[in-house]
Amino acid sequence: MQFRTIAELVELSESEGIPISEVMIRQEMEATDKTKDEVFAEMARNWSVMEEAVERGISEDIRSHSGLTGGDARKLENYRKTAPVLLSGSHVLEAVSKATAVSEVNAAMGTIVATPTAGACGILPGTVASAGERLQSDEEQKVRALFVAGAIGYCIANNACISGAAGGCQAEVGSATAMAAAAVVEMAGGSASQSAQALAIALKNMLGLVCDPVAGLVEAPCVKRNAMGAAIAMVAADMALAGVESVIPPDEVIEAMYKIGRDMPVSLRETALGGLAATPTARALEREIFKTPCRRSDES
Amino acid sequence: MKYRSVFDIIGPVMIGPSSSHTAGAARIGRAARSLFGRKPTKATITFYGSFAKTYRGHGTDVAIVGGILNYDTYDKRIVKALELAEEAGITIEIHESDELTDHPNTARLQLSDGRGNMEIVGISIGGGKMEITELDGFDLKLSGNAPALLVMHQDQYGAIARVATVLAHHRINVSYMQVSRKNKGSQALMTIETDQTVKERVTEEITKLPGITGVTIL
Repeated sequence: MQFRTIAELVELSESEGIPISEVMIRQEMEATDKTKDEVFAEMARNWSVMEEAVERGISEDIRSHSGLTGGDARKLENYRKTAPVLLSGSHVLEAVSKATAVSEVNAAMGTIVATPTAGACGILPGTVASAGERLQSDEEQKVRALFVAGAIGYCIANNACISGAAGGCQAEVGSATAMAAAAVVEMAGGSASQSAQALAIALKNMLGLVCDPVAGLVEAPCVKRNAMGAAIAMVAADMALAGVESVIPPDEVIEAMYKIGRDMPVSLRETALGGLAATPTARALEREIFKTPCRRSDES
Repeated sequence: MKYRSVFDIIGPVMIGPSSSHTAGAARIGRAARSLFGRKPTKATITFYGSFAKTYRGHGTDVAIVGGILNYDTYDKRIVKALELAEEAGITIEIHESDELTDHPNTARLQLSDGRGNMEIVGISIGGGKMEITELDGFDLKLSGNAPALLVMHQDQYGAIARVATVLAHHRINVSYMQVSRKNKGSQALMTIETDQTVKERVTEEITKLPGITGVTIL
């Protein structure tokens, strides 16, 4: 049971007649010499940490040390429950508010699961929790969704990259969005091929996304990009379940993401030298947060 | 393959906000602690590249000190690591360097106490994964593709054989091994990459062997 690409993953799933989650579980057992129970229990523990982070972000008054982020998840949740009309729909907005919750907990040095990184940690829990409500999924289905996400992330990480410093935000929030889209497709009973299409559709819409964190912190625009990543994942999953296919195959979308990342200037790869991080407001916030002005190459 | 396990992707469970700047840093600190083999009384930390620019906002300093205190990436005490280090009698010094390094997230750690000192260079490669690239002046050549075990030991007869015997006993196959030493009879380092994951009880067994001064799994 070995796969390296999305095409191989889908082929294994189809030829063995097992879902993507099961392919990932079996590969993990082989790679780490663990039993199925051990592997499943470890992922179940990750899911419970994710659920706790969602709960904390929604119910507590979260503030980061810098003061840049916190409190938006509660605003969104309140709006979702009280607004007479929701333009994007309750379940998309639920994924958005839960993704925001986890991302805010992360910014405040709370406990989270890096999926695939801490900067993108809100998207998967937000999407899986919201889809789980809609589909009335049990614990096993939600934990299995994390294995699907893991299988997709495994292919992206080994063929491209998953860090903002290496490939921009498309590699980080983009990967998480693609992983989440594929995961909820399996939760909804979609095929392996539909999961692959969902990942391609989601990742295509993240291509070119730069990593430009204000003051170099995992806060702005990261929290809101987590929020929108969850929304894109939910819509991409619906599109794939409807039978919509990506014109460019999933593995080629991943390769395109990798090449775009390599072509990106260093200023737009988590260095806080360009993009939103270089705006006058961001520079003022940076001085305020660190009190002393930080030396930057564009100011020397 | 850079990433072997699904838990490299869905994980680690960690204290925010950054897997590379916080969790990876905590793991570098903890690797240093386990190679040192005991609690140091002083730790000097030098940050390079992106670590140097953003460590305050990311809590990289707090995380790396948490690692030196032997905390895992998800240990809630990390947030208060600087105060807890002081309580534990560890003096912490933090420096920022402009020097260019091969990797943007690089940290140099010098740990010392009355019995000795040790210096390592660690890089955080993303998603919470890290590598140790230098140990007491030894350059480490790890592929990063396989589980790796670092064993600090006294250069003496049988040290390598004893470690190999423990690995064989636990049915762990060695795929790559390198032994470096400063001078004959002085401190030496075994770098061992394995096909199978090395569990904690195996490293505990190796730690107890004669002549072994520190062991860590990367």
